[in-house]
Amino acid sequence: MSVYPYIVAAWLLGAGLYGVMSSRNYVHLIICLTVMQASTYVLLLSVGYVSHGKAPIFADIPTNSTVVDPVVQALSLTDVVVEATVVALLLALVVQANKRFGTVDPNAMTRMRG
Amino acid sequence: MTPGRRVVAIVGLALLVGGLVWGVTGLYGFGRYHAAYGRLVARAAVPDRSATNSVVVTAFDYRAFDTLGEEFILFVSVIGVLVLLRRLRGERGRDEATAAAEDRRASESTRWIGLALVGPLVVLTAYIVVHGQLTPGGGFQGGVILMGAIAFVSVGGESMVLLRLRRTSSWVEMVESAGAAGFAMIGFGGLIVTGVFFENFISKGTSGLLTGGMIPLANVAVGLEVGGALLMVIAEMFDQRLRGRQS
Amino acid sequence: MNGLLAVLLTLVAGVGTLAVAIREPVRQTIAAGFLSLLLALLFFALQAPDVALSEIVVGSLAVPLMLLLAIAKIREQEEAVNRQPPEAQQEGEE
Repeated sequence: MSVYPYIVAAWLLGAGLYGVMSSRNYVHLIICLTVMQASTYVLLLSVGYVSHGKAPIFADIPTNSTVVDPVVQALSLTDVVVEATVVALLLALVVQANKRFGTVDPNAMTRMRG
Repeated sequence: MTPGRRVVAIVGLALLVGGLVWGVTGLYGFGRYHAAYGRLVARAAVPDRSATNSVVVTAFDYRAFDTLGEEFILFVSVIGVLVLLRRLRGERGRDEATAAAEDRRASESTRWIGLALVGPLVVLTAYIVVHGQLTPGGGFQGGVILMGAIAFVSVGGESMVLLRLRRTSSWVEMVESAGAAGFAMIGFGGLIVTGVFFENFISKGTSGLLTGGMIPLANVAVGLEVGGALLMVIAEMFDQRLRGRQS
Repeated sequence: MNGLLAVLLTLVAGVGTLAVAIREPVRQTIAAGFLSLLLALLFFALQAPDVALSEIVVGSLAVPLMLLLAIAKIREQEEAVNRQPPEAQQEGEE
């Protein structure tokens, strides 16, 4: 069972990607993208985990104790907030596309050429 | 999706997920991570920078260049949101009347809760941003809470606040740009003083709040930028919602 | 790997699948918020308090607010189109 977190990350990626492919509503598609982003955070943090390791904050533990890897946490930390802003950009695109084409259906948008 | 396309999609997806699962079985087992870079950073953060939060030290000092790239991703996507949504603006005169009518319908209790939460949330933001190098926190989390502090007021029922913000949005834009430029300027400060981009050129201190050299300054810059950026995005989206109601 | 991590990982996989399977946007926003909460708990169990704090703040404050505002705006636009006379709608489609 030592690969179980990685399997969960791969499952989330596959489920999110299936949602993106079979989506009929652009807002549903954006939330499936959020699920795919979650899979990358789970994968990164599971790779850096050390058994019986503590959090890498040395405010109250001695500096030579076993801690989990801080580098992957630094990567995930900035990524979470930046991806929220990219979701905002995608939502603005969807609102603009709805105004232009009158629909939020990905399949319908290819047929309505102005 | 037609049945044929669905079969092809599922086959492709199964190949991708299968390849991914085969790939991750070659990683270290869960919990047996033993690469050297993480251990080195964890050992070196406290003696080197006198800061106890090695995650923030990694993100804002050792790998500050990556954080600069992420900050500019945020900056550019907010520019994209503003360009897209500001084109939809038509007349401005009916906004205030609609917003005032909506505010009258809102419940008093939510309005008062929204207004009462602004003070504590700004204090919480300042605490989380400034103590970034000591406890979990930093600029990114504090910036989002700062956006929440002002968004609560409008969601509760005082939407005029966000509308006035949009009209005088130049100072919010200046705050956001100052945050983004400030972070880059800290890097250039290291270049000017020591000849290395993003070198930590301020004295590190020994313990307490004024430790970590340039890390508190970088945290404040990032907090201002993230807060200003998300505030502008929320203000533009609120504007769209109010506008639609009377068309 | 202890039981808490196994339970949290299974819950995250389940709620992630649920968030993909629900098709209606407003209900899916609720599921996405719940997924963010579970992810934050998982990050705490993986000894990552900074990432958990980011995930809580973003997943319960920023993303649902933006999603609901965008969904409301799309509904206003559709209502505005439906309120126009049918000739205008015909012109819009051509």
